[in-house]
Amino acid sequence: MTNSIHDMGGGHGFGAVEPEPDEPVFHDDWEARVYALQRAMGATGLWTIDGGRASLENLPPLAYLAASYYKRWFLGLERRIVTHGLVGEDEIIAGRALRPGIRLNRKMTLDDAKAMSFANFGRPAPGPARFKAGDRVRTKNIHPTAHTRLPRYARGKLGTVEAVRGCHVFPDSAAIGAGENPQWLYTVVFSGRELWGEEADPAIKVSIEAFEPYLSPP
Amino acid sequence: MPTNDPHAHDHDHGSELSEMQLRVRALETILTEKGYVDPAALDQIVENVETKIGPHIGARVVARAWVDPEFKRRLLADATEAVNSVAEFDPVAAHLIAVENTPQTHNVVVCTLCSCYPWPVLGLPPVWYKSAPYRSRTVIDPKGVLADFGVSLPAGTDIRIWDSTAETRFLVVPMRPEGTEGWSEEALAALVTRDSMVGTGLPKSPAENKAGASG
Repeated sequence: MTNSIHDMGGGHGFGAVEPEPDEPVFHDDWEARVYALQRAMGATGLWTIDGGRASLENLPPLAYLAASYYKRWFLGLERRIVTHGLVGEDEIIAGRALRPGIRLNRKMTLDDAKAMSFANFGRPAPGPARFKAGDRVRTKNIHPTAHTRLPRYARGKLGTVEAVRGCHVFPDSAAIGAGENPQWLYTVVFSGRELWGEEADPAIKVSIEAFEPYLSPP
Repeated sequence: MPTNDPHAHDHDHGSELSEMQLRVRALETILTEKGYVDPAALDQIVENVETKIGPHIGARVVARAWVDPEFKRRLLADATEAVNSVAEFDPVAAHLIAVENTPQTHNVVVCTLCSCYPWPVLGLPPVWYKSAPYRSRTVIDPKGVLADFGVSLPAGTDIRIWDSTAETRFLVVPMRPEGTEGWSEEALAALVTRDSMVGTGLPKSPAENKAGASG
């Protein structure tokens, strides 16, 4: 879902930001294990990072807001391993394996973990970029039902291409198992007034990272 | 609030944590028994983020940019290349973009859709970065958010918000504090706070650093 609670930009009523002095990396041991499980299961290649995000976005809004960050990750992971047939609901309830696992193409080893590699989402370009730095563009007014990375506050807005960032895996496709479908990626900058109206502070500019299918000529 | 309900404590914050401990332990057991994860690899993943990656990496990069104009030029042109060239492991980052604060413009990084953050140079994000208040307000009321951090910028400073909506990641290069002429790269790195590299803080001044070290 794309018009879901996760798309928070511009929302009111969530209160003040509360910085925490000397914050630990994890606040409890289970958070560290959820982080590690998420990374290790992500390495199986059975779902994409975008598919993972989509599963969090599909949490009911109340559950999304009520859960802490790592609890959200836990709920998303639990849901994903069941929908991918890796683990049965009966095993989740039992709290132990009731059957042998299915064969995986990839499993994160200790050596993989030591190598600490971060994924690269750059891909060869399928064609020339449609826009260049300095071009005026208008974001599309779209509301896909599966997954998108075009936030609601920046839809249908007039902006300027500031930089071309290369060609990347397209989240809207990757999230729904429709392949990587690489697309050109741009930094598009908007004035605060374009996004928030005439009352907005003229000193503010906001940019998003916009995939080419999100953009039209003005 | 006082209560006569003997079960009241079953619902407090502490018992949610224990419930999560049990649920996570059960999930790890299932995934291990089914052969999907290796507990040693899990331990290593945790060790990586607790001891290897963190804001000290970003601070080193910023301090080098402050003392080495050629490195700064490379960092702003292609942060992935520049950071990988000084990292102790490789590749440290893909699609990293460094944005420079100037007297004219102050940069702030956010992810309104989830919590994208430059892990390789800053480690895992703090809770506030992932929170609804930060994700909602930064793009519409950045001055209010900066005020929550006790930061106020000189009048006339433009504010540029970078919403991390793709796999590109942003590192703010703050302005070098005054009174640090002739300082070593190492001494400068101690002034570079995590928040100053997200844009919700400023680097420590030499006086603040001294007070922090003796206090």
